[in-house]
Amino acid sequence: MNLTFIDIKEFPKRMEEYRYSKGMDFLRDIIGMDWGEEGLGAIYILENTATGENIEVATITANREKPLIPTVCHLWNVAELYEREVYDFFGIYFTKHPDMRRLFLRNDWVGYPLRKDYDTSEAINPIRMENEVTEDVQRPYEIAEDAEQAIIDKQTNKIHGDQYIINIGPQHPATHGVLRFRLALDGEEIKKIDIHCGYIHRGIEKMSESLTYPQILALTDRLDYLSAHQNRHALCMCIEKAMGIEVTDRTQYIRTIMDELQRIDSHLLFLSCAAMDLGAITTFIYGFRDREKLLDILEEVTGGRLIQNYNVIGGVQADITPDFVRKVKEFCQYQKGKIKEYNDVFTYNVITQKRMKGVGVISRADAISYGCTGGTGRASGWACDVRKRHPYALYDKVDFKEIIYNNGDCYDRFWVRLDEILESIHIIEQLIDNIPEGEYKVKTKPIIRIPEGRYSASVEGSRGEFGVYIESRGEKSPYRIKFRPMGLPLIAAMHKILKGAKVADLIAIGATLDYVIPDIDR
Amino acid sequence: MFDFTTITTAIDQFLRSMMPAQFAIIVECILVAACALLAYVMFAIVMIFMERKVCAAFQCRLGPMRVGPWGLLQVFADVFKMLIKEIISINRSDSFLYRLAPYLVVMSSVLTFCCLPFAKGLQVLDFNMGVFFLMATSSFGVLGILLAGWSSNNKFSMIGAMRSGAQMISYELSIGLCMLTVVTLSGTMQISELVEQQHDAWFIFKGHLPAMLAFVIYLIAGNAETNRAPFDLPEAESELTAGFHTEYSGMHFGFFYVAEFMNLFIVAAIASTLFLGGWMPLHISGFDTFNMVMDYIPGIVWFLGKTFFIIWVLMWFRWTFPRLRIDQVPTLEWKYLVPIGLVNLLIMTVCVVMGWTF
Repeated sequence: MNLTFIDIKEFPKRMEEYRYSKGMDFLRDIIGMDWGEEGLGAIYILENTATGENIEVATITANREKPLIPTVCHLWNVAELYEREVYDFFGIYFTKHPDMRRLFLRNDWVGYPLRKDYDTSEAINPIRMENEVTEDVQRPYEIAEDAEQAIIDKQTNKIHGDQYIINIGPQHPATHGVLRFRLALDGEEIKKIDIHCGYIHRGIEKMSESLTYPQILALTDRLDYLSAHQNRHALCMCIEKAMGIEVTDRTQYIRTIMDELQRIDSHLLFLSCAAMDLGAITTFIYGFRDREKLLDILEEVTGGRLIQNYNVIGGVQADITPDFVRKVKEFCQYQKGKIKEYNDVFTYNVITQKRMKGVGVISRADAISYGCTGGTGRASGWACDVRKRHPYALYDKVDFKEIIYNNGDCYDRFWVRLDEILESIHIIEQLIDNIPEGEYKVKTKPIIRIPEGRYSASVEGSRGEFGVYIESRGEKSPYRIKFRPMGLPLIAAMHKILKGAKVADLIAIGATLDYVIPDIDR
Repeated sequence: MFDFTTITTAIDQFLRSMMPAQFAIIVECILVAACALLAYVMFAIVMIFMERKVCAAFQCRLGPMRVGPWGLLQVFADVFKMLIKEIISINRSDSFLYRLAPYLVVMSSVLTFCCLPFAKGLQVLDFNMGVFFLMATSSFGVLGILLAGWSSNNKFSMIGAMRSGAQMISYELSIGLCMLTVVTLSGTMQISELVEQQHDAWFIFKGHLPAMLAFVIYLIAGNAETNRAPFDLPEAESELTAGFHTEYSGMHFGFFYVAEFMNLFIVAAIASTLFLGGWMPLHISGFDTFNMVMDYIPGIVWFLGKTFFIIWVLMWFRWTFPRLRIDQVPTLEWKYLVPIGLVNLLIMTVCVVMGWTF
C-alpha cells in the first residue's frame, strides 16, 4: 500500500482538503504507530464512497514525550473513538479533541502499552484488586501557548450527579457481552450516554507483535466470533498478498462458501437475539434451532462450532468432508423456507413493527461519517459492501445483489440481515456444485516471513468491513498489526442514534446495530 | 347440579354439635383458610408446570422431562429449592417495606382467589358486593410491587416498579369497565348470583356484541394486569434484568413468582365466571335433554376447563408476542381500550334498557 506522509504542520489543512475537495468521506481506520526513532504517528485510511478511491496518509511527530497530532474528529465523527484508542495505546494527544480519555484501559493505567519502549513489568501495572473509580467526566484540554506546550486538563462533567444514572452493563442481558453504557435518564428518556469499553480487551494487537504469523491466526477467530471465518480470511489474504502466494481455485471456493455460511450463522444469531431483546422468546428459539443445523455442518468440516481455525496461510486447514456438499444444499433448501416462519411469527407482528419502525434512525451521511459499515450502513442506503467495492475471493464471479434499504431505522437494519441470509444462500448455491478438484492448500515455507513493507486487506465480515493492516520489517512476527473493528464505529454512533430514545429503544437499537463486544475490544 | 353447601352445612352442624357456636366458627375459619391456601399453592404448581410445557410446545421443545415422568416432579423440586434458599437482605434498603412487599402481593392474590366460585356452593367469600370486592382486592397487589421496587435500593427495580404502577393502574380501568358491562347486563354484583343467572345462556351469548367486545378487552387488560408479555415491561428481562424483583431471593422471590402465576389464574377464572358462565354447564334453552347431559359433568370440571382454556390462550399470547414499549402501553389503554370500553358500556346499557339481550 502507498503511504503518503504529511508534515504535521500542514496536516489539518491537507486533511480538510481530502475531506471536502476530494470527497474522502469515509475514514476507514486510524492506525496508531510507533516508528521508534522517527517518532510516533498515525495512519489514516480514507475512502471516497462515491468513486471508491482509496488513499492512505500518515503523519508523524518526533516528540515522544508529548506527541501532539491535530484531531480530525470534526471531519469524520468516528475519529472521536479511534483517536481515543490511539491515545490509549500510544499516548498521542490529539489537539482539540473534545474528550481525551482512555478508551479501553483503566484510568489508572501507567504507560502506553503499544509503544515499543513500554515496560511490561508487573511492578508498574500490578493486578489491581479494587474497582476502577467511575469518572463521569469528559476530558477536553488545551495546549498552553508558550514554548512548553503544557497540556491543561479541562475536565468537565459529562453526566451530572443529580441525574438518574443507570448502568446498562457490563453485566446486562441486552448488551450481548461486557459493554457498559452509562445512561443519564429523565424518566424513561435517555438524556446522555457514556460508553465504557475494554472489559474484554485482551490486547490481541500487542500479543501479535511477539507471535509468528501462523500463531496470530489463532487469535482472529476470537475477535468477532460470529465472523470467525471472514476475520481469518482477511488475515490470510493479507499475508498471502504480502508473500505472493497464489491459492488454488478449490481454496477460493471453499473460503467463499464458508464465509457465506458464517454470515448466515451470524445473521441467524442476530435475528434470534434481536427478537429476544424485544421480548419474543419463541423466535429466539426458532433462530437457534436453525442455526444449530448450520453449526453441525461447520463442526463437521472444521472441528469447531464457534472458534473454527479453518483458514490457514495458503489454503484451508483440512479438505471439506465428503457429504459437505449434500448437507449444505439441504440446509440451503431448508433455511429458505424458514425465513417465512420468522416473518410470520415475528417480523410482521404489529408490536414488532411499532417497536422498530422509525426507531434509531441514522442517516446515510451519518452512517458514512461514523463509518458504520455492514448491515447498519446498508440499511441507511450506503452501498458499503466490500464484496462489491473491492471484490476478493470469488465475489466478482458470482451473481448477487447488495441489499440496500433507505430508512436507516431498526426495522430496515433487521430486514437487511434477513435478506442477506437469502442472498448468501443464493451465493452458496451458485458455488456448491462447482467446487473444482485440486489442492486445498498450497505448500508454504515452514517459517513464514513477510517482506518488509505495509500491507492491508479487508473483507466483508458479518457486521461490516473487517480490515487487517500489517507493517512488517521482514521478521517472523509483524512490527505492527492492526485489525479494523466492525463494532467500534457502531457504538461511536450510539449517542447520535439515541437522541430522544427511551430505555427500551436502546435495547432495540443495540440489538439491530448488531455489535459483538470482543470485536470492539480486541 | 350437586350443591356443595350440603357438605359445608354437614360439617358446620357436626362442629356445632361438638362445641359452642363461637368455637365452631373459629375452627371453620381455620379449616377454610388451610384449604384455600393449599388449593392456591396446588394451582400455582399446576400452572407453572403448564406454562413450561405450553411454552416448550410453542418453541419446538419438550420442556422438563428428567424429574419424574414427563418432568412432573420438576416443579415440586423447584418449589423445594426455593424454600430452602437463603433470603438475602440488601444493604441500605428499607428493610421493613422490603420484607412487607411480597406479602402484600400474595395477600392480594389470595383474597381475590377466595372470591372465585369453583362450583355450586364452593366459594369462600360471597356477598352482595362481590364484584366490587374482587376489584378492590386485586388492585392492591400493585402496592406491593411499587414497594418492592422502591425499597430494594436498586435503580432497575425502581424503573420496573414505576412502569408497573403506571401500567397496572391504567389497565385497572379497562377491567373495571368490562366488569361493569357484565354487571349492567345482569343487574347484580353478587358472584354466585352472576353465575346462577347464566343457567340458560352464558353472558357472552346473552350480551352478544357488547359482551364479546368486553370479553376481548378484558383479556387484553387482564394480560396487562398480570405483567405478562406483551405487557411484561415491569420485569422486562432484556432491559431491566428482572425489574421490581431483581433484589429478591429465596421464598420472597417465590411469593412474587407464585402470585404472578396465580394472578394469571385469577384473571382467567374471572373471565370464565363473568363471560363464560363459571361452573355453569353449557345450557341451551329448549334443548332439555342436552342440558341434562351437560349437567352430569360436575361444575368444578366446567369451571377449571374454561379457566384453563383461557389461561392457555393467554400463554399463547405470552410466547408469541414481543414486548411493547413503555409509551405504547398507556397509548393502547387510554387512546383505544378505555374509549372503546366506555362506548361498549353505553351500548350494553341501551341494549339492556331496550331489552335487546337474549
